[in-house]
Amino acid sequence: MQPFRQLNGVAVALRRDNVDTDQVIPARFLKISRAEGLGDKLFHDLRFDGNGKVRPDFPLNDPARQGASILIGRKNFGVGSSREAAVYALVDHGIRCVVATSFGDIFAGNAVNNGLVAAIVSEEDIEKLLSAVEQTGRAEADLEAQTIKAGNYVVPFTIDPARKTRLLNGWDELDLTARHKDRIAAFAAQDRTARPWAVPRA
Amino acid sequence: MTQPLTLFDKIWAQHEILKADNGLSLLWVDRHYVHEGSFQGFDKVDARGERVARPDLTFGIADHYVPTARNRVFNDPSLKHMVDQLVVNTGKHGVMLMGLDDPRQGIVHVVGPEQGLTIPGLIIVCGDSHTATHGALGSIAIGIGASEVSHVLLTQTFWQKKPKRLRVTVDGQCGPGIGAKDIALSIIAKIGTNGAQGHAVEYAGAAIRALTMEGRLTLCNLAIESGARTGMVAPDETTFAYVKGRPFAPKGDDFDRAVEVWRALPSEADAAFDAEVSLDASAIAPVVTWGTSPEDTLPIDAAVPDPAQVADPARAQQMQGALDYMGLKPSQKLTDIRVDRVFIGSCTNARIEDLRAAAAVLAGRKAKVPGLVSAGSTQVKHQAEQEGLDKIFTAAGLTWGESGCSMCIGINGDVVAPGERCASTTNRNFRGRQGPGARTHLMSPAMVAAAAVTGHLADVRPMLSGRA
Repeated sequence: MQPFRQLNGVAVALRRDNVDTDQVIPARFLKISRAEGLGDKLFHDLRFDGNGKVRPDFPLNDPARQGASILIGRKNFGVGSSREAAVYALVDHGIRCVVATSFGDIFAGNAVNNGLVAAIVSEEDIEKLLSAVEQTGRAEADLEAQTIKAGNYVVPFTIDPARKTRLLNGWDELDLTARHKDRIAAFAAQDRTARPWAVPRA
Repeated sequence: MTQPLTLFDKIWAQHEILKADNGLSLLWVDRHYVHEGSFQGFDKVDARGERVARPDLTFGIADHYVPTARNRVFNDPSLKHMVDQLVVNTGKHGVMLMGLDDPRQGIVHVVGPEQGLTIPGLIIVCGDSHTATHGALGSIAIGIGASEVSHVLLTQTFWQKKPKRLRVTVDGQCGPGIGAKDIALSIIAKIGTNGAQGHAVEYAGAAIRALTMEGRLTLCNLAIESGARTGMVAPDETTFAYVKGRPFAPKGDDFDRAVEVWRALPSEADAAFDAEVSLDASAIAPVVTWGTSPEDTLPIDAAVPDPAQVADPARAQQMQGALDYMGLKPSQKLTDIRVDRVFIGSCTNARIEDLRAAAAVLAGRKAKVPGLVSAGSTQVKHQAEQEGLDKIFTAAGLTWGESGCSMCIGINGDVVAPGERCASTTNRNFRGRQGPGARTHLMSPAMVAAAAVTGHLADVRPMLSGRA
């Protein structure tokens, strides 16, 4: 996984609460494998109308915002389904950092597993960032310092310390777990004796 | 003196292999359910050239892409590919599969409890956000993403930060015609779709204790729609009676030993929760959603809200967007909203009691709109047919289909057409959830039946008079 330190890039503002993962990637695209890439399906039904025509008023379609790597959302981003494809679509589209006042729990977990920073800022600061990004079209994220900069604002963000460490180092969770192989085996053996009823038998 | 523990704390402690310095716990997984959508997780396992660690604790079920047409014909080869892919992935790794032609097939969150795979005191995971359903039996059940699916496949463990505990107490007694779906949506309306974020929810109180196991499954199914990591109900005699004798449940001495352990699981009387919410069951009305989030819930006798009355301009704009998408006008009475079709199905509300509740309203009546009834499992379907419920549905003019996720998520081809309005027993009214441009109103099976009969959103209660 690619480590994340600092990012200075094109930013886009999505001034909406409760952007659910069905909006991030509609369910009919969940058949697509990661190898094929999901970037062009990001926000598909918000970017295009029923006839496949571009909706010019959707922020991601703004010609000045192409190649965005930072997305500023609002409250409760990534709520809903557990589809990791929502994170794949963002990452494959080039987004490396999403800023919001809160995130769906499963989405936030999926984000860190794919090197995507889910940065939480206060309600007051998100409005500042949204306005600044709507004007400037750029932002800077610094994971080490836990700050987002846009226009004249530098605002702090929070992120779980364990997730921060993984993102900074680009650590894969499976590699971390491999260190505990013996502990897992010992637990499984002891548990088998303690809870024989817990293993299903038809 | 040891601290009094909650149900959640006790099960967590029994499954915690270790707690790392970074505060994350490595947890043992007792059951891992996989479905067609889990292919991304299997792909990662294959990319590492490794094997599934515990195929005996992994169970495959075909549900998301299966056709509900009577002959199970796929109308699109890409859908068949999804089901075939599950056959290949489970076969390659020696994982049991309840596939398309298996009499045990159904929606994973219906089949797990039905087969006795889901029992109390476990940690259960699945790459599906409605996994919390299984918490109804007193287990920690958590929906996970594809990377976590591959982690569980490879290690039978996953990392979690211990969530906070939230207790939702519903005391009192529900009125006639009001059930678990009304309770669950009323909770979400009260606390919002992020109200339980970062929390494990325990549902408690007299109205919860009074629920059947199927009602508890509906309730916990919707925990995710309040943002919760998981939802659970303490195991009790209702739970033990439900589990006993099911195909995969512990048997004989094993069952007795298990019940002994399960009896010790409920939260201690003075256990502390990080947050508490309470509702009075007698104040809960039959509810429906009007907008594009499950928190947009109102009693059926209310009117569509008016964005002009909302102080927060961002919220008002969001509300107007929802009304535009839904094709509704402010202050319009909910009972004046006409529907184009109905759907009775999904992991939320397609168990036998749900079908009975809908049939009780539909018996001897005709639906004014078309609709699909898809039982939660093939076993539920057979039971419904034995009880003659299928005849009630078809006599009313509805289609009686096979079991699967179907029109809840619309990826098997069962979609609501653009602009069409559907009264649905499902769990999400998100934009496009039942198909691009589809307009979804969530409600209970009895309320969907009432909408079918009247052709508009309607209070089911008057329609129940003189009926069971």
